[in-house]
Amino acid sequence: MSERGEGEAAVVVARGLTKRFGDFVAVRGIDVTVRAGESFGFLGPNGAGKTSTMRMVSAVSRPSGGELTIFGLDPRTRGPEIRARLGVVPQEDTLELELSVRWNLEIFGRYFDLPRALIRQRTQDLLEFVQLADRADSRVDDLSGGMRRRLTIARALINQPEILILDEPTTGLDPQARHLVWDRLYRLKREGVTLIITTHYMDEAEQLCDRLVVMDHGTIVAAGTPRELIDAHATREVVELRFDDDEGDLNTLRDGGRVARLGDLAERVEVLPDRVLLYVDDGDVVLSAVHGAGIVPASALVRRSSLEDVFLRLTGRTLVE
Amino acid sequence: MSGPPAHVAPLGGWSRWQRSWWYHAVVYAQTWRGSVAGAVLFPFLFLVAMGVGVGHLVAHHVGTVGGESYLDFLAPSLLATTAMQLGSDESLWPVLGAIKWVRTYHAAAATPLEPEDVFVGKLSWVLTRGLATSVIYTAVIGIFGALHSWWALTLPLVGGLVTVAFAAPLITWAARAQSDGPFVTYYRFATVPMFLFSATFYPVSAYPAALRPLVQIAPLYHGVALARAAASGHAQLGAIGAHVAVLAAMTVVGVVLGRRAMRRRLVD
Ligand SMILES: Nc1ncnc2c1ncn2[C@@H]1O[C@H](COP(=O)(O)OP(=O)(O)O)[C@@H](O)[C@H]1O
Ligand SMILES: [Mg+2]
Repeated sequence: MSERGEGEAAVVVARGLTKRFGDFVAVRGIDVTVRAGESFGFLGPNGAGKTSTMRMVSAVSRPSGGELTIFGLDPRTRGPEIRARLGVVPQEDTLELELSVRWNLEIFGRYFDLPRALIRQRTQDLLEFVQLADRADSRVDDLSGGMRRRLTIARALINQPEILILDEPTTGLDPQARHLVWDRLYRLKREGVTLIITTHYMDEAEQLCDRLVVMDHGTIVAAGTPRELIDAHATREVVELRFDDDEGDLNTLRDGGRVARLGDLAERVEVLPDRVLLYVDDGDVVLSAVHGAGIVPASALVRRSSLEDVFLRLTGRTLVE
Repeated sequence: MSGPPAHVAPLGGWSRWQRSWWYHAVVYAQTWRGSVAGAVLFPFLFLVAMGVGVGHLVAHHVGTVGGESYLDFLAPSLLATTAMQLGSDESLWPVLGAIKWVRTYHAAAATPLEPEDVFVGKLSWVLTRGLATSVIYTAVIGIFGALHSWWALTLPLVGGLVTVAFAAPLITWAARAQSDGPFVTYYRFATVPMFLFSATFYPVSAYPAALRPLVQIAPLYHGVALARAAASGHAQLGAIGAHVAVLAAMTVVGVVLGRRAMRRRLVD
């Protein structure tokens, strides 16, 4: 794995990190190193163990096994000290719904023992940063999902953290709200804040992460930069074919021998319930060949490979069901 | 290791549990929909209706209750039952909600606060409310002329003790609870009977001898007895010691178990 910012200090180091809930093992001995200033992602479907990992890395949940250091400190004994230097955006917003935006920030500032004047000043700056300055006195109850998410991000920044941990920062947001969040995260990254992000959106991982690990069933199945992962586990381009209902059916395809014929054209074929994916180097060439072979899909699309394809390759499943 | 933080903020100098206390105070101040007038009006009306009204009947038919007027007998138990009520109302649904539904305690646990700080912050806030409410009730009882000793100045402390004696174990319970179903059962089969039968409205001597121990093991009974002793100034030192010991033991056990329960719940 090439390490962007290899010279930077490691701020989070996990070795064999494990989390058990009773007999159930949610995180199965993962190795991760996050370096100062980078944007590091955990990509995986629901239930992969992302939140369990984030809660350990936030120095909240106790590891059941393995080693974990944050800023070189042991979270088991130095929790408060570590958390004073972290900002956490949990999967659920956990805001005080009946209080105003301003009071939500003030409470958090107090949790970090900041003096009141400093809290006031940072509240102003942060609300401008997340574009909520005009809603400072609104009750959180009255805010949209996107606004609440931005407030949760502002809240996590009140202590000017060195690492910002975001658990699915844009799940459930509409595209416009997502782009606003992404834009703010870029800015933080430019300012040197280390970002640790979980997501089950491959586009989010590609957009935001310098490096990422792909998680599934509590283990890391691949690691690298988005580019490296795609190069290693997918072809350059993908041809997506959709067939009319019965023709797209797996058995119909097999009976017609079309899977075999498509297989001759592509490096690899994935048959999904709603479409067939051909992994190829040059999509346009292959698409003509498909037509040339007398196979007529209802629709066809040529696109570049994405992390979604990497995940499919590694696990045989799609990220978002 | 990374270098020192880019921005080292000056600190406000509050200990961690105090920050949690302050959080609870803010939520209360920002969401309280009652009024100070209302808070004073209830004990006032209660004492008029029960103390003066019923007291009149008692005086007419029975005379006194163990040498006291019915108002003198009743008023201190109002303070103790109110403290119990407060210690219960504040400790069950609000705590389970902050853990399970709105998850604001989880938010606190992701800051320098430890789960124990959240527990102590909550309990100390409930104590604050118990003391403040008891000051108001003591004043109202005084206005009715039902205070007969300088010991009555300790009534707010009695109220505070009763509040935490209930709050500490109940917060602990809420921190371990998966649903609020059993809370309703608790109110129906513990709070209400205690309110009615802890020698609140008539002395323990009114019960058949066989039932008296049952009354006397009720935690509220000890609060009522203490409050009555403080208001009248008549009591045996041994009895006072026993009542205080019961309530203090409930508090201590609650705190020890509650700190642990909160940790288990918030860090898993
Ligand atoms: N507190 C818990 N008790 C029991 N099981 C849990 C708990 N938290 C998570 N799990 C289980 O651990 C697995 C991983 O969950 P999670 O870390 O939330 O995954 P993700 O965030 O990737 O969706 C899931 O199967 C989930 O049901
Ligand atoms: Mg999750």
